[in-house]
Amino acid sequence: MIAELLEAQGLLTAFALVGLVMGLSAVVSRSLTRGRIHGSAIAVLAGLVLAWLGGTLTGGRHGLADIPMLSGVGLMGGAMLRDFGIVATAFEVDVAKARAAGLYGAVALLLGLVLPFLTGVLVALGFGYTDPVSLTTIGAGAITYIVGPVTGAALGASPEVMAIAIAIGVLKAILVMAATPFLAGIMGLDNSRSAMVFGGLMGTTSGVSAGLAATDPRLVPYGALTATFSTGLGCLFGPSLFFLIVRAVFGG
Amino acid sequence: MRGAGEMVIYGVALLAGCTLLGALLGDALGAALGINANVGGVGIAMVLLIAARLWLQRRGLLAEGVRFGITFWGALYIPIVVAMAATQNVAGAVKAGPMVVAVAAGAVAICFAVVRLMGRFGGPVETMDEMEARLRSEAPAPGDDA
Repeated sequence: MIAELLEAQGLLTAFALVGLVMGLSAVVSRSLTRGRIHGSAIAVLAGLVLAWLGGTLTGGRHGLADIPMLSGVGLMGGAMLRDFGIVATAFEVDVAKARAAGLYGAVALLLGLVLPFLTGVLVALGFGYTDPVSLTTIGAGAITYIVGPVTGAALGASPEVMAIAIAIGVLKAILVMAATPFLAGIMGLDNSRSAMVFGGLMGTTSGVSAGLAATDPRLVPYGALTATFSTGLGCLFGPSLFFLIVRAVFGG
Repeated sequence: MRGAGEMVIYGVALLAGCTLLGALLGDALGAALGINANVGGVGIAMVLLIAARLWLQRRGLLAEGVRFGITFWGALYIPIVVAMAATQNVAGAVKAGPMVVAVAAGAVAICFAVVRLMGRFGGPVETMDEMEARLRSEAPAPGDDA
């Protein structure tokens, strides 16, 4: 009966559960790390662990949301509220700062398409892939988990290669979420310009927004401002320009 | 003080309107480019919201309630991100093959390194802490367009 109630009131269940996770994370941050590791970083990591648990228990692909009585977590963490929240953070953006860093953001955005793509193509070559369609699809997967399948579908890649491209993009987002707060100091991630550079280079909106939120919430809007263009540009260049270059180099 | 509470919905509605319009324009931009994806919808929505803020500020229409309707959702952002993390396909990613791990980890490591490199160009930038301290010391008058 309780399970039914929790499922019916899914969004409220999610609010309560996430509040609990964040509260516990704040306590862990204070008591076990003396505040050195931010509570929100621990909460994001805890979220990933819970997602692993949910996926392992149910065999599904949506983490905790595959457990029926916790399905509301999927609504709370879904694209609609995620975008709503990101846009809201823009309310505090310093316009002059964002404009001044615009060129850096644009350069980072281009590098954020080219570098992951090259990495994907070269590693795929090392693993024995030689046909331009597979190479391009795997490279595109390294941009974001949407660019991979969109590119693969446009080029007619095999289902196995599509699955690999999606898996690469998902793993990339998870790695960015988990690693950013720990490497923020080394990256110099303490100002609006480096946040815009970071967003452009990483591309994955979910990875960037979660990674920055766990580092310093004030950085989120600047990173999101550039990251949000990455998937679209990747879908634009992946099946066209990037594919043509790969085909010219590796034959087809 | 009539309507401080009822102003809140105007903030939420403005935020929703900007987000929807941004998504619409992002889809239109994608369609114009001939791709089946949203191009910069969230970024466009952010620019719209910033423009709306400046417009309202200039006319002194940015009431506390309106502001609250927007900043509330900004403050809920981290919990939303935690929920998002909890719905990732982590179990699937953990089981991924060596090539998937090599590509993803390689791409992330290279891009992290480039963030650091690019930070060295163009001289020092005001950190968020410095920026906040400056804004606090300037303390603009209400309605003042900082």
